[in-house]
Amino acid sequence: MMNLAIASGKGGTGKTTVAVNLALLLSQDEQVEFLDCDVEEPNAHLFIKPKFESVKEVGIPNPVIDFNRCDFCGRCAEVCAFNALAVFQEHVMVLPELCHGCGSCAYFCPQKAISEHDRTIGVIESGSVNRIDFVHGCLNPGEAMSPPLIDAVKKMASRDKMTVIDSPPGTSCPAISAIKGSDFCILVTEPTSFGLNDLDLVYQTVTRLGLPSGVVINRCDIGDGRVEEYCRKNNLPVLLKVPFDRKVAGLCACGEPVIFKFPAWQKNFKQLYDQVRILVEGAVYNEKNDSY
Amino acid sequence: MKKMTVISGKGGTGKTSLVGAFASLAGGDLILVDGDVDAANLSLITGSDLLETHEFYASKVAKIDREKCSACGLCIDLCRFEAISKEYLVDPINCEGCSFCAHACPDGAVSMLDKTSGQWYVSNTTYGKLVHARLGIAEENSGKLVTTIRNRAQELAEVSGKKYLLIDGPPGIGCPVIASLAGVDAALIVTEPSVSGIHDLERVVALCRYFEVSPVVCINRYDLAETQTSRIEDYCLKERVPLAGKLPFNRSFVEAMVRGKPVTEWIDGSLLKEINVVWEILSK
Repeated sequence: MMNLAIASGKGGTGKTTVAVNLALLLSQDEQVEFLDCDVEEPNAHLFIKPKFESVKEVGIPNPVIDFNRCDFCGRCAEVCAFNALAVFQEHVMVLPELCHGCGSCAYFCPQKAISEHDRTIGVIESGSVNRIDFVHGCLNPGEAMSPPLIDAVKKMASRDKMTVIDSPPGTSCPAISAIKGSDFCILVTEPTSFGLNDLDLVYQTVTRLGLPSGVVINRCDIGDGRVEEYCRKNNLPVLLKVPFDRKVAGLCACGEPVIFKFPAWQKNFKQLYDQVRILVEGAVYNEKNDSY
Repeated sequence: MKKMTVISGKGGTGKTSLVGAFASLAGGDLILVDGDVDAANLSLITGSDLLETHEFYASKVAKIDREKCSACGLCIDLCRFEAISKEYLVDPINCEGCSFCAHACPDGAVSMLDKTSGQWYVSNTTYGKLVHARLGIAEENSGKLVTTIRNRAQELAEVSGKKYLLIDGPPGIGCPVIASLAGVDAALIVTEPSVSGIHDLERVVALCRYFEVSPVVCINRYDLAETQTSRIEDYCLKERVPLAGKLPFNRSFVEAMVRGKPVTEWIDGSLLKEINVVWEILSK
């Protein structure tokens, strides 16, 4: 089964639109799993409109000090690479927002005075609609670290279904957590200098992760031709070009999936998917051949 | 000096285009910061003549010395980030740099190496100095990098007596956004009239309140979906978030961008006036 991630360096290029419409199209023929990994700003549910059935809190294990046992030796602060613990003469201060939950303080405490308790950083909500199983994460405002929540969303995947992943923008840890382990990455961009700059960054990222990828150029009739030139130079397949259309923009703005209102778009997304499938199967075929 | 950040929650609403425009309107009396360190674009509008380049070291990565390693498996068991393979190879992308393995290894076979996580720069632009950065591909610690460049920008602003420090923030609400937002005097949230834009606006307003920053809102491309625009206006009224302006959809934004110019130097008439009003409200 295929694991498809939709990503982009630049925000607002149309990741969620592509992910949502693709998932809705595929769900006409098979059961599809949708993972919204843009946990800082999850939006796919506004379009897919699933009925949420369960909510689960996700936390990072943080140290809790038992002051009956602690002798303020300072070992915990010594082993903590993130300065999340400060030990004073008769006090230990824990700075939860700096803690990465690695567990070394509890492990090394000679007095066994540290236990770990989950500090909630956000929730995972899951539900379904028609043939889409939907999961998203929602980071609590004020929390800095999203990757543990993204990993938790991905762990909800059943692995025996077609999976569509909506990723956060960028090329740093949240984006990596979201796209890691997928079979193919659809990179959504726009033909502007910002779009080009950020496509280059995200293409370098997926290449470094060893993921095959292709490009969707959104609002292809604005800006200039440098994105297409870049794709040609890098042998990066252009899977779909979408012209700017005020009516489509208005529809998306109101949370309506395009494929239901404009049947022509079903064909466009079908072609997009067919190309991806050929590219993924081609990559698998090449891998098999390489191993002989 | 007044410190201001432009954020949006949702990406692609027009943050950077507006920051470029404000830079032009401020008449050189500012220092610019591009806080979107993993997809920095501001210099594509303002231009940049590089003055300083600095390496950014913020994290460490484990390295296992196979000569010393007795393959006891303790590091693999202890690592919570699935960063060590059965063959005792460290995956530098998964490695969090926590040093747990290095402290625990009975053979002393693990050392922690400094890792370059990116670079940061000070550049001259037509509008004042720009402090910007490039986070390495697949790197973390974007929040620390933002803090680093913000501190440098603040120094520069103080030394040169500039009136404004203007930060172009990243999308989202995570660590680089927090590092861009905490401790500023004013924030502008650029949103767009869509269900996603509104949803993200609400979350980013919550973030501003968490850090006790009072935001003002600008609705970009307000005429693309007027029903959603009224929803935003209602929300702002209810939450007492001042509306600084509404800008229409206008292809001049992209035309100016592909020419590497602030939009305010490409247009005249009403759009220019409206952008000016937003800047006046933010900077007053």
